[in-house]
Amino acid sequence: MLKQDVPQDAAILEQQSAISYAVDDQGRYVLTASAGWDPSNLANIQAWQLIAEEIESALSEIRRGNASPLLFHMVRNQMDTALLARYAHVSRWRVKRHLQPKHYQNLTVELRERYAAVFRISEEALDTLPERVELPVDVEGFEGE
Amino acid sequence: MTETVKIDFHHRQSAHCESGVTSNLMTHHGHPISEALAFGIGGGLFFGYFPMVKINHLPLITFRSSPGSICKKAAQRLGLKVQAQKFRNQDDAMRALDDALDRGTPMGLQTGVYWLPYFPPALRFHFNAHNLVVFGREGDDYLISDPVFEAPVRCQRKDLLRARFAEGALAPKGRMYWLEQIPEQLNMQKAVRQGIREVANRMVKAPIPLIGVRGIGLLAKQLQRWPEKLGDKNATLHLGHLIRMQEEIGTGGGGFRFIYAAFLQEAATLLDRPKLVDLSTEMTEIGDLWRQFALLGARNCKGRRGANSSYPALADLLRDCAEREKVLFRDLLKEIA
Repeated sequence: MLKQDVPQDAAILEQQSAISYAVDDQGRYVLTASAGWDPSNLANIQAWQLIAEEIESALSEIRRGNASPLLFHMVRNQMDTALLARYAHVSRWRVKRHLQPKHYQNLTVELRERYAAVFRISEEALDTLPERVELPVDVEGFEGE
Repeated sequence: MTETVKIDFHHRQSAHCESGVTSNLMTHHGHPISEALAFGIGGGLFFGYFPMVKINHLPLITFRSSPGSICKKAAQRLGLKVQAQKFRNQDDAMRALDDALDRGTPMGLQTGVYWLPYFPPALRFHFNAHNLVVFGREGDDYLISDPVFEAPVRCQRKDLLRARFAEGALAPKGRMYWLEQIPEQLNMQKAVRQGIREVANRMVKAPIPLIGVRGIGLLAKQLQRWPEKLGDKNATLHLGHLIRMQEEIGTGGGGFRFIYAAFLQEAATLLDRPKLVDLSTEMTEIGDLWRQFALLGARNCKGRRGANSSYPALADLLRDCAEREKVLFRDLLKEIA
């Protein structure tokens, strides 16, 4: 890659410029700042699209009464039951139980606080679900090259 | 513990976190070596495709060696020693860090990116092998040289604690590391040879077909059949994932091929082997080929599939990469023999 070819596409992810290795006109390698590159932007957005889909489906499961609000917070934090279990110090099968509305309702305050601490929210906020979820990237609008 | 500690540490932005930390730490201890050199000596370049290992339903594809090995091997080969410590107890982990800072030693830390507030939200995933250096403390804030950032950053104690004790794959368990036994002279030539030999052997002589150029070949073969095996949508996800692993922040572009080419250029001077300059040029061209793959692959993902971005065409591009890397690494082995 030549220095003048180091991509300077939109930094849609608000990241700072990253270091690219490129050769200058004498063929020597130099460190060059790159603002961003559309193919890698696209790949990142695709990862966020997956997260967005998981959040959407969690919300609709909760609205239909098939899952507890814990599911939303879990996928919002990009976790699965195994990871949440590790962070909350709760066994995985108990996490799975707590994803069911009827067991969620009987959670002790202590356990609710433990989950809330993992998500860095207040214990009361566990029950609140947002109307719309703001993601750090615009998963719909990306066009790029 | 004093309120404020600030070690005189020179922050230099780098492409990849681990080679950046290695280079910055060695520079701090009086041996200025570039990131590319740290990466090459540490044997950072890799290719591995493990379709049976799934992360979030996507296969494990890696362009770099396992976390921690670049720093460890680079130090070992150059005659330094890396000391590392893990912790059960979180308070102990922070106390040990504070003590080290009080003694004036900058500390490398393994952290989980998800919990680092100074990362842009869009890049915060549960990746637990991110390396950074802590070089000071001001009240409740730690002063951090995060090599993928332009300038030093700050992070509150509670957040750094979370990042040090991130859970899941590659959980850091508070791991911190530092350099010891700094020699007067580094054995540069020997270290460079060792680094090249490790990577070249792995790329062309790996005993299992998932690693090195054979791994790239296997990936090409399977990628060609992704649409029929996985369905269109899932095939797109797999392709996007591959591009992400290859081009994401931290690779310096082209799946580390450019940073490796930069290393070969430095190696040519250090070993006084002009032929390595030619091999560096070839490595750059191979890197360009990988970039081409990402560009066309992204076009494919967006549904603008032309003749040159179809799955078979992409597979052919990968085969080209594999073939040329095979020749290159064989030549490299001959060159340093």
